[in-house]
Amino acid sequence: MDNLSVDHLTGILDLTRQDIELIFKTADSFKEVINRPIKKVPSLRDITIANLFFENSTRTRLSFEMAEKRLSADVVNFSAASSSVKKGETLIDTVNNILSMKVDMVVMRHPNPGAAKFLSERVDAKVVNAGDGTHEHPTQALLDAFTIREKLGSVEGKKVVIVGDILHSRVALSNIYCLQKLGAEVMVCGPTTLIPKYIHELGVKVEHNLRTALEWCDVANMLRIQLERQDIKYFPSLREYSMQFGLTKEILDSLEKEIVVMHPGPINRGVEITSDVADSKQSVILQQVENGVAVRMAVIYLLASKIERQ
Amino acid sequence: MTIVRLFPIPIIFVSMEKQVILNTKHFELTLNRLCYQLIETHNDFSETVLIGLQPRGVNVVARLKSQLEAILGKEVVCGNLDITFYRDDFRRRERPIIPSVTNIDFVIENKNVVLVDDVLYTGRTIRSGLDALLAFGRPKKVELLTLIDRRFRRDLPIQADYIGKAVDTLISERVSVEWKEIEGEDKIVLYTPEANG
Repeated sequence: MDNLSVDHLTGILDLTRQDIELIFKTADSFKEVINRPIKKVPSLRDITIANLFFENSTRTRLSFEMAEKRLSADVVNFSAASSSVKKGETLIDTVNNILSMKVDMVVMRHPNPGAAKFLSERVDAKVVNAGDGTHEHPTQALLDAFTIREKLGSVEGKKVVIVGDILHSRVALSNIYCLQKLGAEVMVCGPTTLIPKYIHELGVKVEHNLRTALEWCDVANMLRIQLERQDIKYFPSLREYSMQFGLTKEILDSLEKEIVVMHPGPINRGVEITSDVADSKQSVILQQVENGVAVRMAVIYLLASKIERQ
Repeated sequence: MTIVRLFPIPIIFVSMEKQVILNTKHFELTLNRLCYQLIETHNDFSETVLIGLQPRGVNVVARLKSQLEAILGKEVVCGNLDITFYRDDFRRRERPIIPSVTNIDFVIENKNVVLVDDVLYTGRTIRSGLDALLAFGRPKKVELLTLIDRRFRRDLPIQADYIGKAVDTLISERVSVEWKEIEGEDKIVLYTPEANG
């Protein structure tokens, strides 16, 4: 198990449990590195990485860039807003043009599901999926599971509920795959309209009552309502949603046990989670962000070790 | 491009001749001497720390620490350093090297640092170790201690300050430091491939 079984990280579905554990073990070392006085190692001195963001992002993009720079890779950034994509260039043309400038690895976020997989089959570079539409967001799931492992000692046997807009969430799908591979039990919770009809086929529990879900779980992962992806109205109003599915201090305190609260960000305070919960000591939201850099360093490091030298 | 081999590569079992170059008694004596040599230079270790290089240097540090503490009657500050991310052979190997734990929870700024490893061979590990060390600050002085010095085999201009035993070896030979805690016995063994192997 001393190498990844995949050449690209397009989704958690392709990874084995050994892959995930290897990534975590490597991330442990990188977490120690980013807490040193000098937070940088020279491993990827001769690697160039392009960050291609065809969709908006703050956290993921910064986190990837930070991870790349702390590994000493050369980084080029690209965002669709200021590019020739607006002039009608295809994805493959855009990427191949960038690769002609000798880029070894591509980190891509794209609004279309499957874009990363499509690209990995057609270009001569390692591809890391930083979110493809409503499909997968593998590094987010890895850092979420890594945070659970850090907080609770292991993921095996833990009960995790994912609350919110499951239908439009790539974080939810990647999390389900990742947590199940590591032996956790997963439940999804949200309004009927935001839960995919056949999601129980994946082996997850479905619950429509937030309190029941919280009483069951060890960890609650609160997702944002992705209004930008909702073309029709899925619930009457945000206020009603937040009354039914918003996590408040009152609910949290009324539970018999202390659960861990996670959120992949960006938070809509007062909608899926109230401010006092987001800032409480049960919330690991900022640890998730810190672990994000370590986990991404591990993914990039392990994939880069597979790049053949010319 | 992948080359498809029609026939599997035959595996040649090279039989190795074993020669103990330091037995349990001399192993003990050597470690003891190294301790006193360290004390000669570093007195009571108030300004000195020992840092073992992962993976095998940490065993040497653990033993030196307990012996030094027995002699001095005070705590000697020790740490472990992993050099995986500083190696010069990344992407030149078949598989990535899985890092070990770095454990330096003290400040090395302005301290005397003694880097410790079990076998000094090409000097490349030490080169990486020096790089890795500097990520933790600027030590006043850095020295090198090694149990075995495979002399005249250096790829880089690096020499040890404290040497347990210097041996002349061939590139085809292998030196292995074995520990009571891990292999069951303290000894150092030289493996030589047999001529007719």
